[in-house]
Amino acid sequence: MDLFEMIRKPWPWYVAGPIIGMTVPVLLLLGNKSFGISSSLRHICAAVIPANISFFKYDWKKEIWNLFFVAGITIGGFIATYLLTNPESFMIAEKTQTSLSQLGITDFSGLMPAEIFAVENIFSLKGLIFFVLGGFLVGFGTRYAGGCTSGHAIMGLSNLQWPSLVATIFFMIGGFFSTWILLPWLFQLVN
Amino acid sequence: MATTKFKTVSGINLKDQLDQDADSYDGTNQQSQKEGFGANLKYLLVGLFFGIVFVKAEIVSWFRIQEMFRLDSFHMYGVIGSAVVTGLISLQIIKRFNIKTRSGEEINIPSKTFNKGQIYGGFLFGLGWAITGACPGPLFAQIGSGFFVVIITLLSAIAGTWTYGLLRSKLPH
Repeated sequence: MDLFEMIRKPWPWYVAGPIIGMTVPVLLLLGNKSFGISSSLRHICAAVIPANISFFKYDWKKEIWNLFFVAGITIGGFIATYLLTNPESFMIAEKTQTSLSQLGITDFSGLMPAEIFAVENIFSLKGLIFFVLGGFLVGFGTRYAGGCTSGHAIMGLSNLQWPSLVATIFFMIGGFFSTWILLPWLFQLVN
Repeated sequence: MATTKFKTVSGINLKDQLDQDADSYDGTNQQSQKEGFGANLKYLLVGLFFGIVFVKAEIVSWFRIQEMFRLDSFHMYGVIGSAVVTGLISLQIIKRFNIKTRSGEEINIPSKTFNKGQIYGGFLFGLGWAITGACPGPLFAQIGSGFFVVIITLLSAIAGTWTYGLLRSKLPH
């Protein structure tokens, strides 16, 4: 199998994980930057709508590397999807598929459930819950916690910071609660 | 917990003008030398590579996040776990051999300080993580992958961050 073919197939965790972990030393060695993505949302607020709120009054231009970084992530997503397209069909764990079928999801062909992440859902209850409410919780929660999966779970744990362990544990508790208790109820609302 | 050999930045000798709280150190730039537009392009390249990994390892998938929270697959645990181990080992190497940045500066990672936000905020983010199937990084990668509705999610996440900034002094920390 040639290399290009190998790259196009889905990458296993033991390839992806170490590469993601290498981001920590690479950013530090390139320019003393701590890995953390959710702070980009704060910089966008500071740059666009600071509204005289003290939390957004700082020199965001000094942190502009973070906005370059997320712009790169967006372009990388494009390249991986359109130029390195996976030749195989998307596989999902059978048990998850069964559980999600019971919640009313039928299309398991893409990376995202087509029934939810469709443009026609933007102005519907589905859109309000899965895009607006979900996104709000992500933005509000990560900033309140002082970081997200990258800043706390990867950067913080790599640097043996116990507050990051607390944050990571509560990310997981929130996710389990949401998946097992909140989502079944939310799906009942929209179906 | 192990003490870091890195110089801990307290609010007093802080070089930048960020708020003097731990939150300001998330994803922070600790380089004293200024960088221009061209120099910043290298972070775009790191991000680009990172975005490719996100999509190729399917971390951006709403379904993969569901598998994780339903304990039906090891994939996401393997990704995050091996990322942490790799980060941990490389930081140990940097500390042990006192490796400097490319421009010769001492590596400087601010310590995280505990506040209750890590509990309340962490929980709220967890709720959103399972609903959207994305943490902030994958949001950008999903948009790049052509899931344009995620632009709404991103705008709402920005609004969430803004609302936090607005209410910050009234929230328990």
